[in-house]
Amino acid sequence: MKGKALDLGMLKRLYAFIRPNRKYLFLSLFCSLISVLASLLATVLAGEGVDCIVGAGNVDFKRLGLIAAAIGVVVAVIFVSEWLQNIFIQKLAYKTVRNIRNDSMETLQNAPLSYIDSRDKGDILSRVITDVTEISDGLLLGFTQLFNGVVTIAATLVIMLVLRWEIALVVGIFTPLSLLIANYVAKHSAAEFKKQAVKRGEMTALVDEMVGNQKVVKAFLQEENNTEKFEKINEELKESGVKATFFSSLPNPSTRFVNNIIYIAVGLIGALMVIGDPAAFTVGTLTAFLMYAGKYAKPFNEISGVVTELQSAFTSARRVFEVLDAEQEDPDAPDAETLHAEGRVEIENVRFSYNKETELIRDLNLRVERGERVAIVGPTGCGKTTIINLLMRFYDVDGGRILVDGKNIENVTRNSLRSSYGMVLQETWIKRGTVKENIAYGRPEATDEEIEAAAKKAHAHGFIRRLPQGYDTVIGEDAGGISEGQKQLLCIARIMLDLPNMLILDEATSSIDTRTESKIQRAFDEMMEGRTSFVVAHRLSTIENADKILVMKAGRIIEQGDHRELLQKRGFYYELYNAQFAKV
Amino acid sequence: MWKLRRYLKHYIKETLVAPLFKFFEACLELIVPVMMAEMIDVGIKNGNTAYCYFIAAVLVGFAALGLVCALIAQYYAAKAAHGYGTELRSAMYAKINSFSHAELDRLGMPALITRITADINQSEKGVNRFLRLFLRAPFIVVGALVASLIIDWKLGLIFVAVTVVMGLFVWLIMALTIPRNKTVQRMLEDINGLTRENLTGARVVRAFARQEKEIADFKKKNERMMKMQSALGVISSLLNPVTYVFVNLGIVFVLVFGGGFVNAGTLTQGEISALINYMSQILLALVVFANLIVVVASGSASSERVYEVLLMHSALVEGDKENPEKPDTVLEFRNVSFGYNAGGDNAVENISFTLQRGQTLGIIGGTGSGKSTLVALAERFYDVDSGEVLVDGMPVKEYTFKALRGKFGLVPQKAVLFKGTVRSNVQWGRENATDEEIEAALGVAQLGETLAGWEEGLDKAIEQGGRNLSGGQRQRMTIARAVVGEPEILVLDDSASALDYATDYRLRKAIKEQCKSTVIVISQRASAIKNADKILVLDDGRIVGEGTHDALLKGCEVYKEICASQLEGGAK
Repeated sequence: MKGKALDLGMLKRLYAFIRPNRKYLFLSLFCSLISVLASLLATVLAGEGVDCIVGAGNVDFKRLGLIAAAIGVVVAVIFVSEWLQNIFIQKLAYKTVRNIRNDSMETLQNAPLSYIDSRDKGDILSRVITDVTEISDGLLLGFTQLFNGVVTIAATLVIMLVLRWEIALVVGIFTPLSLLIANYVAKHSAAEFKKQAVKRGEMTALVDEMVGNQKVVKAFLQEENNTEKFEKINEELKESGVKATFFSSLPNPSTRFVNNIIYIAVGLIGALMVIGDPAAFTVGTLTAFLMYAGKYAKPFNEISGVVTELQSAFTSARRVFEVLDAEQEDPDAPDAETLHAEGRVEIENVRFSYNKETELIRDLNLRVERGERVAIVGPTGCGKTTIINLLMRFYDVDGGRILVDGKNIENVTRNSLRSSYGMVLQETWIKRGTVKENIAYGRPEATDEEIEAAAKKAHAHGFIRRLPQGYDTVIGEDAGGISEGQKQLLCIARIMLDLPNMLILDEATSSIDTRTESKIQRAFDEMMEGRTSFVVAHRLSTIENADKILVMKAGRIIEQGDHRELLQKRGFYYELYNAQFAKV
Repeated sequence: MWKLRRYLKHYIKETLVAPLFKFFEACLELIVPVMMAEMIDVGIKNGNTAYCYFIAAVLVGFAALGLVCALIAQYYAAKAAHGYGTELRSAMYAKINSFSHAELDRLGMPALITRITADINQSEKGVNRFLRLFLRAPFIVVGALVASLIIDWKLGLIFVAVTVVMGLFVWLIMALTIPRNKTVQRMLEDINGLTRENLTGARVVRAFARQEKEIADFKKKNERMMKMQSALGVISSLLNPVTYVFVNLGIVFVLVFGGGFVNAGTLTQGEISALINYMSQILLALVVFANLIVVVASGSASSERVYEVLLMHSALVEGDKENPEKPDTVLEFRNVSFGYNAGGDNAVENISFTLQRGQTLGIIGGTGSGKSTLVALAERFYDVDSGEVLVDGMPVKEYTFKALRGKFGLVPQKAVLFKGTVRSNVQWGRENATDEEIEAALGVAQLGETLAGWEEGLDKAIEQGGRNLSGGQRQRMTIARAVVGEPEILVLDDSASALDYATDYRLRKAIKEQCKSTVIVISQRASAIKNADKILVLDDGRIVGEGTHDALLKGCEVYKEICASQLEGGAK
């Protein structure tokens, strides 16, 4: 990774994000140039000032006054240019970050679900949040620091050369030495850091496991055993921590030492030169030189830090670009129709697989008339959601076609297709916001009366009223206050608000207590009345009353028919039925 | 961070040595300009080359000494900081172990994990920085001030004035930026939450065709944060330029007034040069100081969070008795009421029942009806608010935790295993269980066949959380873990949910035949408890039915309703 740290292609892409705001970049660089040069000028002036004050009775007050005034002007210039430089670069950084994040969000919303399903959500999240911040911190701020440093080094060197090339040579050659030392130490401390990281990892793993399950630990009286393990790792962590911290703090004093030596050398050589020829080399020049030596050394000390920062910024940029490169769903065809579904669904010769190696569905055919009920059954984890994925066009079929009201779903807009179904999934999803906003998710302009009516139909009205702020209570995925079962009721209320002609329901209401569940069931039955519905079924009555049953096993549809036909077949359905629903 | 100082008490030497040597280093650094002035005023003026060499040699010595001091300071700072972190971590872990479920619930496991890892690391880093760098800045500033006052007290006063004004200014900027920074942080968390939501809810967002609106929402929040950050940037960007202005104005003063003094013969040219040098040193130190405040502030926020946990105390007071008696009544609840939150609704109310040795008790009811709470009270993970719980005839409050909880074998709802082997996991139930005993327990848990299929046998590695086993296998492992200790009371808390009906049946049969324990089965499934000697039906924290399956079918409405919805004709 290190070798590829300066990847030109990536720089180009980054620049593409900077481009719309590039004026800030150039303005900032311009201001930076001015402030660096002006501050060098201030140092020259201070040196001149010292030269005006030679000794008792030998002070050139007129010149001193002029110099003081000049310093005042220069300082004002520095103030303005440095302030502006900071403002500009931050504006650029924040605008760039905003653009990258907006693009990421758009990309994610238009990525096919297969992309989101197949990736760790935490990882995507850390790319969009942490890595993007890293880019702005490391790249933009690091870049200006680098630019500042290089300008300072170059300008100081030039001025020193003009003033006195002999001393300039000493400073110019030996200062980079501190960089070498810093590098050498850094390389050796890396090993200690790695050891510390390993120990930290062990510690986190232990804590994650044991504290995360503290209730089990207590039930089995394992507190003492765990404390022993914990103390051992803790002790090891201390030892490696002390070493890592100590070694990592070495570059600072060692470079300072080198710089001090150079400072002394400059002082000594300068003094000898003044003594040798006071006319050619003044005390003022020496003072200025001493200040320059410090100014020249400073960016060298910072550069090693900037380089690591840039490197990690590039790594982050690469990770962010991977998100931005996520494949995108083919847009709807320009002539795609808007669907207003009546509810007739035909599946013709459909072939589908999540990955090329294992074909899941082959030659699936199904005709569902308006108002019919299709039950999907099978053991847990058999892939019942695959059918939902295809009907909703979360995934596209590999072959064959699915028709709604006689129209191929690939020829209608995705939004109109998806809006034609009311969907309640097993895993609940609550958006951070008020209860009201959550119920009105599909139609934000719904009136309070409509929202309440929907909640009542979903049997959610009761518990909502008991919440601290009723319908205006703020809830969220992680926000406590409402139970998993209540979340499910809200999800049901959400589709009750606008019932389309087709439904996709997952009956697994395991987290709702049995009594509420039976009420929900009644609501389910009512809403299925007259609507085409696909139900991931767990209840016997749903299955027995279904017009069609799809029996799934290990991701495949292995049997299809109605209850009677399937029982007569004495196949997998027959077995399943007997195991799960017959008398225990 | 100050509140946690006692965790440094074993490292007092280190804590004092580190800043002391930092101080030495700062002193050495401050002498340099004076020595240079000496070189100019004495060496150059008199054309004394030897004197110049002498001063240079002394300075090199100082530089080397400074390096040594810095190294010593940093070594001790590292030692003190990591010692502090280690003690803090130990204390925190001991604290967590002492917490009852009530405290664990209140804080939440994820919060505890972050506090004992990330927050303590942050606090540790804060201590290290503080000892190493934070004190350096004041040393330099004060030292430079003192040095300038010694050189010339009138000019020194200019220094004091400049430093005070600058200090006030740094403080002002900090006071303006820190709260705004927190706002930005909150906004970022918001954006984080929004992104997470859109990833986890991708299907729902699409089902409602809300992608465009979600993007717009995101952009709006993002825009707001950008504006806030830019506004903050305008203020925080002032820090460097303004300090620069102050210092240079200070230099102008030194030149103008100093010029007069030199003219009058009370000050030398070299001293002017030294004073200018001190002014730059003060500038650098203050800027470093300002930047450090941010780091230390975040360290102290972490420390605050750690401190909060350390302040908490478990409300449970451990008893000191063991109880060798084995009366017929194993468990008894007398008018027990309990609520998780003080002032909130009770989770269970006025519960009374007894359980006889060797019998099986079934507890059924919907989610949140208080089933698991009963077991948590029996094992005294929480204290009852009123009433009394007795195990083997003795109140649970009188037991030592070890004696009480050792009587129970719990199979929790969530099947959690730990990194290690099959053997080490089952041995949680009994530390010195032999291989035969473990195999027998696995047999009862219906894992006999599975075990035979594992090449490594009991040495089969279990990954963290047991993720290399299937849900059903995990659940059965937790059963073996509970069974192996031959507990007096075996508690199965909804622990067959991942098993198919046939395995579930064999499991129940095996427990009945091979375990001598009294058994408590908690379930939402009527089929799992209907053969129990006694069934408690819970609804909303109250017992609404007690008796056998047949009796309850006749007399208990709630039980009838449950059976009707689940067994659907099959159990009539």
